[in-house]
Amino acid sequence: MKNIHVSTTLNGDEAEFVCAPAETLLDALRNRLGLTGTKEGCGTGDCGACTIEMNGRLVCSCLVLAAEAQDADIATVEGMATGAALHPLQQAFIDHAALQCGICTPGILVAAKNLLERNPDPTDTELRYWLAGNLCRCTGYDKIIKAVQIAAADMRGA
Amino acid sequence: MQYIRPRTAAEVSHLLMTGDGGARIMAGGTDLLVQLRSGMIAPKAIVDIKGLDGIACITPEDGGWRIGAAVSGQRLGEHEHVRAIWPGVVEACELIGSTQVQGRCTMAGNLCNGSPAADSVPALIAAGAVARIEGPDGAHDCAVEDIPEGPGKTSLRKGEFLSSVFLPGRPAGAADAYLRFIPRTEMDIAVASAAVNIELARDGTIRLARIALGAVGPKVVLVQDAANAIIGSKLEDPALKALARACEAACNPIDDKRGTAEFRTTVAGVLARRAARIAMTRAKERAGENP
Repeated sequence: MKNIHVSTTLNGDEAEFVCAPAETLLDALRNRLGLTGTKEGCGTGDCGACTIEMNGRLVCSCLVLAAEAQDADIATVEGMATGAALHPLQQAFIDHAALQCGICTPGILVAAKNLLERNPDPTDTELRYWLAGNLCRCTGYDKIIKAVQIAAADMRGA
Repeated sequence: MQYIRPRTAAEVSHLLMTGDGGARIMAGGTDLLVQLRSGMIAPKAIVDIKGLDGIACITPEDGGWRIGAAVSGQRLGEHEHVRAIWPGVVEACELIGSTQVQGRCTMAGNLCNGSPAADSVPALIAAGAVARIEGPDGAHDCAVEDIPEGPGKTSLRKGEFLSSVFLPGRPAGAADAYLRFIPRTEMDIAVASAAVNIELARDGTIRLARIALGAVGPKVVLVQDAANAIIGSKLEDPALKALARACEAACNPIDDKRGTAEFRTTVAGVLARRAARIAMTRAKERAGENP
């Protein structure tokens, strides 16, 4: 088994790491790059806790090999805030208590941000379908939907 | 295990030939990584085909569209021209998994995974789609319905892999539709499914039809009797009844926790009837747009 050297763009910055061939991008982000915001839930692509953006598309980082990140553009929850200023979605989740245990939150924030970039004014139904792959076992879905809508309205006004 | 990202189809084929059966193809990886991580498979090499030219492209060809093997479901859904002529194929592909899975999953992978419940496969078969297969002797084409052989099994031989799927061009008065039954509203595996593709004659009767059923047998089935039941009709009630009966007769499902054989058989007929109506509505709309 030969380790692989990977050069990638991570939250807008160049990043490099070495990984094993079978290693997932989720594991590389957490264990090699110290970005532990992305969580492991199921590890089989069902729960969405490990959601990140890869080349502008949402993916489950547990279903991506770390080696595939070569020359890719990767965005994680750590890249959402601008300096000390939280992203409107992050602020809305805090202000409107849209989380309980918080494990699903980073994945939901990344997924919601990607939707609002495509559709700044989604209906609740569109939002619920978009987030169908992000499971919350504290069952806080109503507050999550409300918080995303509040952030979306805020971003449209900004 | 090795991770290899070749640049040419010949290299991929060579790796598959020399890999001693231990090399696995990766495009979107949404099935492969689940199998890898659960220990179902332990390949010696993963051959990532995303470095091949055109593999992630949707290209016009002879009035139809060639869909590269690494085109994701989301990318396909964003393509308004493919969506316009093959709405059933696109809606079937978009039913695979969540938004996150859509960012990676491919129709070629859905086909090669060999599941009888694969959502895009009945739609591709109904569409008369053609798979391009690369192998040690170069490329050849194969009708999509000849690829699945049973659960997890395909007709691909050693050294072969799928590089694209071709969706043919078609006249204006033609459309397709796909429906599946799942006990939830989203993110589940089909208990039964049906794809219907029709082409109308000038007088509005069905001139050509292809109907495929999923999850009602060891592989997706093309049901010629169901197509014959509606060809020449305008989808009046007797034709729809005959369509459903032909579909039921073609079912050979298993009983499992997701549905009984009896339920699957009945539902397959109902879905085929409803999908036929949707395809008819769409075909009339398209004929009206472009007489």
